[in-house]
Amino acid sequence: MTAKPAQRLTLFLLLAPAVLWLGLLIVLPHVEILVLSFSERVAPRVYAFGLGNYLEFFTEPLYWRTFARTAFMSILVTALTLVLAFPIALYIARVAQGRLKAMLLLLCLLPFWVSELVRTLGWMILLRETGVISYVLLATGLTEQRVEFLYNDGAVILGLVYGGLLFMIVPLANALESLEPAIVEAGYDLGGSRWTVLRRIVIPHAMPGIVAGSIIVFMLTIGNFATPVLLGGKNGLWFTEQIYAQFITRFNWPQGAAFGMLLLLLSSAIVWLGLRLTGQSLGTTLKQA
Amino acid sequence: MNRLSLAWKLYIAAFYLFLFAPLLVVAIFAFNASPFPSPPWRGFTLEWFTGSGAVTGKPGVLVDPIWLDSIGNSFRVAIPVALLAVLLGTVNAWVLERAEFRGKTFVAMMMLWPLVIPGVVLGISILAFFSRMANGLEDWLQTDLDFLRPGLPLVVLGQLSFILTIATLIIAARLRKFDRSLEEAAFDLGASRARVLRTVTLPFLSPALIGAGLVALLMSFENFNTTLMLVGSESPLPITMYGQMREGASPAINAVSLLLMLGVGGIASVFALTSKAER
Amino acid sequence: MASSTDLDIVNVTKRFGAHAAVDDVSFSVAPGEFFSILGPSGCGKTTLMRMIAGFEHPTSGDIRIRGQSMLGVPANKRPVNMVFQSLALFPMMSVGENVAYGLTCRGVSRAEAEERASRMLDRVGLKGFGERRVTALSGGQRQRVAIARCLVLEPTLVLLDEPLGALDLKLREHMKIELKQLQGTFNTTFAYITHDQSEALVMSDRIAVMNQGRFEQVGSPRELYHNPETPFVASFVGETNRWQGEAAPASGGAIAVRLPSGAVVQGQGRAASGALAFVRPEAVALAQDPASLSTLPNRFEGRVSAVLFDGAASSLLIDTAGFEQPVRAVLPQAGPLAGIHVGAPVHLGWTADAMKVFAA
Repeated sequence: MTAKPAQRLTLFLLLAPAVLWLGLLIVLPHVEILVLSFSERVAPRVYAFGLGNYLEFFTEPLYWRTFARTAFMSILVTALTLVLAFPIALYIARVAQGRLKAMLLLLCLLPFWVSELVRTLGWMILLRETGVISYVLLATGLTEQRVEFLYNDGAVILGLVYGGLLFMIVPLANALESLEPAIVEAGYDLGGSRWTVLRRIVIPHAMPGIVAGSIIVFMLTIGNFATPVLLGGKNGLWFTEQIYAQFITRFNWPQGAAFGMLLLLLSSAIVWLGLRLTGQSLGTTLKQA
Repeated sequence: MNRLSLAWKLYIAAFYLFLFAPLLVVAIFAFNASPFPSPPWRGFTLEWFTGSGAVTGKPGVLVDPIWLDSIGNSFRVAIPVALLAVLLGTVNAWVLERAEFRGKTFVAMMMLWPLVIPGVVLGISILAFFSRMANGLEDWLQTDLDFLRPGLPLVVLGQLSFILTIATLIIAARLRKFDRSLEEAAFDLGASRARVLRTVTLPFLSPALIGAGLVALLMSFENFNTTLMLVGSESPLPITMYGQMREGASPAINAVSLLLMLGVGGIASVFALTSKAER
Repeated sequence: MASSTDLDIVNVTKRFGAHAAVDDVSFSVAPGEFFSILGPSGCGKTTLMRMIAGFEHPTSGDIRIRGQSMLGVPANKRPVNMVFQSLALFPMMSVGENVAYGLTCRGVSRAEAEERASRMLDRVGLKGFGERRVTALSGGQRQRVAIARCLVLEPTLVLLDEPLGALDLKLREHMKIELKQLQGTFNTTFAYITHDQSEALVMSDRIAVMNQGRFEQVGSPRELYHNPETPFVASFVGETNRWQGEAAPASGGAIAVRLPSGAVVQGQGRAASGALAFVRPEAVALAQDPASLSTLPNRFEGRVSAVLFDGAASSLLIDTAGFEQPVRAVLPQAGPLAGIHVGAPVHLGWTADAMKVFAA
């Protein structure tokens, strides 16, 4: 027999934090950079509406090439992560039992609770010219002199794949876990080969996990900053770096805002496309993750 | 058949080696008596933790004010973030699981949104918006509003913007499992609404509250992308580490990384224990 | 006797939108009575119980406990306690804390609450269980904790919402007897809701059969079983044969029903044109020799089509001339017909009193 106004007040109070949070920290700030991205400086401290920031992006090759390169490499990294993670997830979900299974999963999780920067530091110590791998190669006589493994695309891809693995393995393992052994057995029983069973039964069943993992890895990769900058050096050329440069180094906020909008658009577009191609929905995908 | 499963096992072994190699290297070179974190091995030392700088030229982590300040700053950000995330996340979870109102699905979707925004974009948008607010308010109030300018308070808000989503999801998942008849039973046995909340609902939620708090603490501690856009003169740990790594750091950075790993390992095991108790 | 009731439900109606979940129900429960509400799921019995507990509020009507209206009294202030279907034991508390919970809510000191809780645990046969976690108990023990948690508050009325539903068959049979005994020793009034007729029949002093928001009949288990007042009660309570036909005039206060095949059966009851006839399986007499059934007004000949063996509850299905469905009878397990098998010819019959006839 609660009075109606009291109920409304309770609801209002419960909703207040969410409204403040989403309004002040998410919606309005995005409106702000959207507006900012369409403003051009016409005189010192005077701005006017214009498409100049977006035109600048398309006319300056460094910008759009970095953009395209970031998109392409992110897709490549996602695909590589998926291929590398699948056998691991399959093993954890279908083969390993009891304690071994729990331990394998825990071991997978541990490195990822450690800061991204610590992991990147590790790769730098391994890969650089004066680093561990180069040192071992020289000491064992496999190379004549020091080899630089750092500051190239390979190093960037390696670092990004490493950073994405966990976020691929967990949703994959979850999806594979729910596959009933009897279904796989029926697949073999009906005369399927190992490959057919994998292709026709296991992979379709794991599809929601594959999509979820791929989307998360893609989002993390395309938005990454430290790994490409630190492992790629001058050759890193990642789009987030351009945003940072415009905002912090050059203090050209409208240009940086336009880049931010473009990055947001790109990542949303590719996620949307991925969902469309595989026929999954965002809600179920996020649940899987 | 056997060859395939052998190859599979070898692959898994190689994978775990790949997974731990960077961390192992970081840990090992924290104890190398050399000015650079690279081979060759020059002997075991604790200088990079406690050294005064007399031997190696640079002081160890536990005496160097740069590192100590960074760690302090990280805590000054992480603790408010964790507390706010748990408090507001609980309220949000209530909205998601208990409240009935029009537009609830929309609110639920909006709450997930921060997860699909790149951290850098989140950072610049909050930076730009709060700078505009600061400009407007300062003109109007004729006073300085430093907390709206890049600095630790803004970092707290920036991190909270997406960590709150995760805290909300963790707490809502637990609340969903709650059997409402427990609340009715307590009420039926004569408890007041406040008492029901205190003695039944919150104790049931407590593993999730602790879990959400720890996850928020960890995520705040290691967040880099959003933080980078919002820091002022006081740098949290990841920002200092990033600066040192670009310059070519001394093994002090390995030492600080090792401390971080131990801290994370500690929190992770607490987390694992609470989630086991939950089951 | 006038005011000596523990619970009075007066013309209670509960509507959800246009649908009346509980439709103008009235009844009273006497002190110390074990009163059951029996009905299929969705009949409104849970809504009725939740209104008594205070979780729902009637659209109209009154709920009185010991003569005091409960309208506007919240659940935590009513002298009524409930045993939930899920039992709803607090998993974060020990057994003792669960039982002491209501006492501490009333402001009883911790020491006294613990003392009274442990005494209550002794009485329900859980001596020394106070420190255990509720998750470490067996199904039957959890059941007793849930009841002890209510009884320790000495409520006027204990409500039980199908608390045996989650138990396996063997334990359920055992708990039926135990519940009845507990109720007897504490002499507390119990209101029990269930969809399981056997639970209601075994435990209750009186049963209300509920269907589509209304009470069909209130009475003792025997009354309901032997003298159902409506076709719903006749078919819902216990096993029965059910036939549809046309009412036809008959002699001697009986009523005749003409089945679609043309066969005529005689029973007791009232019907104008369409009629429903019910006969309990145990009322069907079987014989090898038609002469021994000669006094019965309803006599037929058939052939056993199936033996449904289920121990004491075994039955026979008999394909009988004139009946579309086989007639169900109790399997004879002693006497000349013991060992009867499928295909055996048999004579069957029943008295007019054994057949209840209602208007269709």
